[in-house]
Amino acid sequence: MALQTIWFFLWGLLWALFFMTDGFDFGIGTLLPFLGKNDDDKRIMLNSMGPLWDGNEVWLITAGGVTFAAFPLVYSVMFSSLYSALMLILFALILRGVALEFRSKVDNPGWRQIWDVCIFVGSFAPALLFGVAFANIFQGLPIDENGLYHGTLFTLLNGYGLLGGLLFLLLFLVHGSLWLSIKTEGDLHERAAWTANKIWWALLVTAVAFLIASKFKTNLYDNYIANPALFFFIALNVLALLGIKLYLVRKAFFKAWFASSLTIVLCTFFGVIGLFPSLFPSNISPEYSLTAYNASSSPLTLKIMLIVVIIFVPVIIAYQAWAYNMFKGKVTKKDLEYEEAY
Amino acid sequence: MDVLLLSRLQFAAATMFHFLFVPLTLGLSILVAYMETKYVRTGDETYLSMTKFWGKLFLINFALGVVTGITLEFQFGTNWSRYSAYVGDIFGSLLAIEATAAFFLESTFIGVWVFGWNKISKKAHAIVMWLIAGASTLSAIWILIANGWMQHPVGYEIRNGRAELTDFAAVVFNKFGLLEFIHTVSAAYVLSAFFVMGISAYHLLKKQHIDFFTRSFKISLVFGLVFSIFLAINGDMHAVHVTEVQPAKLAAMEAHWETTARAPIHLFAIPDEENERNLIEIGSIPGLLSFLGHHDINAEVTGLKDIPKDERPPVFLTLLAFRTMVGLGTLFPLLMIIGWFLRNRLVESTLYLKVMLFAIPLPYIACEMGWVLAEVGRQPWIVYGLMKTADAVSPIATSQVAVSLVAFILVYGLLGATGFYLITKYAKKGPESAIEN
Repeated sequence: MALQTIWFFLWGLLWALFFMTDGFDFGIGTLLPFLGKNDDDKRIMLNSMGPLWDGNEVWLITAGGVTFAAFPLVYSVMFSSLYSALMLILFALILRGVALEFRSKVDNPGWRQIWDVCIFVGSFAPALLFGVAFANIFQGLPIDENGLYHGTLFTLLNGYGLLGGLLFLLLFLVHGSLWLSIKTEGDLHERAAWTANKIWWALLVTAVAFLIASKFKTNLYDNYIANPALFFFIALNVLALLGIKLYLVRKAFFKAWFASSLTIVLCTFFGVIGLFPSLFPSNISPEYSLTAYNASSSPLTLKIMLIVVIIFVPVIIAYQAWAYNMFKGKVTKKDLEYEEAY
Repeated sequence: MDVLLLSRLQFAAATMFHFLFVPLTLGLSILVAYMETKYVRTGDETYLSMTKFWGKLFLINFALGVVTGITLEFQFGTNWSRYSAYVGDIFGSLLAIEATAAFFLESTFIGVWVFGWNKISKKAHAIVMWLIAGASTLSAIWILIANGWMQHPVGYEIRNGRAELTDFAAVVFNKFGLLEFIHTVSAAYVLSAFFVMGISAYHLLKKQHIDFFTRSFKISLVFGLVFSIFLAINGDMHAVHVTEVQPAKLAAMEAHWETTARAPIHLFAIPDEENERNLIEIGSIPGLLSFLGHHDINAEVTGLKDIPKDERPPVFLTLLAFRTMVGLGTLFPLLMIIGWFLRNRLVESTLYLKVMLFAIPLPYIACEMGWVLAEVGRQPWIVYGLMKTADAVSPIATSQVAVSLVAFILVYGLLGATGFYLITKYAKKGPESAIEN
């Protein structure tokens, strides 16, 4: 029981870390056509995440892998049920990855334009679809006793699901524009900071709407009501969200970005705590829900994987922090002359 | 067409496309790391421009390998959900370990290598490439341990209606997986050597950048010579192990129908699966199959007729894949040995250089055929002897898979064409592109 509980929260943490790290990449990619007024701007935007996005994306692979290893039944039911949505995300990620790599390999405006569209779609679609998918998980999906999904891609596009999609998109847009505010200077910096300020309001409204909608559309609050101390996490979440604005006003962009990171992690945990112990709830009958207890791997596998995660995740965080630190500082036009720049 | 066939085609397309890029990542990372180390040690600028030129080709290839690899991890869930639920306890953990222990290292440090030329010392920068090379090899170990378990499942028990892990060490030290790893990595090194030698040959034929490409050629020649010979040796060890644990695959590889001692290999054979016989058999060498499988020309080799019909792999495809792989695998050390004798007069050896230029696709074909043999030859099993492929597929709508398969073919087709265009463009451009650009 204890192992399964630990794994449930580790599962949530790995997804949260993915949203926190690759989230700003998705934000930047989505903002590319809006904030990049000319090719230099666009290149500065892309190079602001250039050395980091690849490592960020691996949190997704790890979150997926850990879902497979610790909760194989969830992995099996979740990914086959959400087949089309997941395929859309995967194709989007393929486009984003190659577009970043290929964009500056041929010096031709038409060529660059094609890849810019790919970067936009490849960032916007996952941002939205991850939100749609997770909101639908919060709300429960039509899963029967055999783990068969009675729905289609369009079942997911309900009001609450789309609200979740919007929430994720706005979280990542704020996150991305804050990263750009840290990494750029001049006009681009001003535009990024302005965007973060404006979108923050939309995020606030959407977040409040999501918290209220969750009361009517999900059972997430049951755990909070059963154990009111948990409301502390929601309070912390609200504080982190307000913290973004507080630091933004003071032009403390790094702190604002940090608050935004915390907001993303806590938003994920708002759902994860509410779901516990369900990983993939059924809205046909609660008996058919996949939980940390009925869908987990054997104790031996959970133990081995726990050792692996305890050893490697801190090591990964250490070398990623080292890489982030190496590439701190503004990206300028001069950096675009660097031969390997995107 | 049903979900099973479509899913199999999709997985075949996705893995085979992914594997166009994996071997070069494995081998070229080592060659680039070696060139950069030479630069750090000697201060010779030519090694620096070699590092940058081959590094650029490496990166284009790497990007395609990464993006096509992501879909694979998720396809076990999307298309093979019953497989994932049944064996996830073992198989899932191997994929998760691959991501945490290897792929993270590779992806984080690739960013450092690309963008870090002016940020860290020369020595540290070279070490980063060695880390990338090491991490990609480590990645291969875990993936091949996972595949090795599908080929020859060990260390598990059937409990709670699924395969549960009982002995992690047995899974990790599974001989099948380790042999596959050694064989795959050697093949990857040979492919990378051919890649570098082929492109070098192109420029040497044009008599341009002679010093640069002679050095590149020679470094890869040594690498390729050693590993093409080693590849043949470990391929032979692998065949012996296949005989032991997958008799059906061995029998299909040679269209061997009757269980006999002194089993022959036919230089040319066309199997007739309906009537359990070969339509044509030409050039039979008695005892060679016994020797291949058991290292004893008199040993008995199980024939396909002694394997139930519903447990036999498709004979023709398995046979064809094996022949192609082995035929090419025999050619590789020969080309390398010829190169060794010509190494000091490469520029004059135009015929050899032309052969090497046109030989670039050959190891790619051999690698793909090796995987066809491994995977098609394992059919009808997804996990040999434990679970059939037909029982592993997701219970999902055919239309979904049909749409995604078409999308895979379109997107991958375009990616492949773009990747080929870019690699060719930079390969032809030669080293200045790496310095100026």
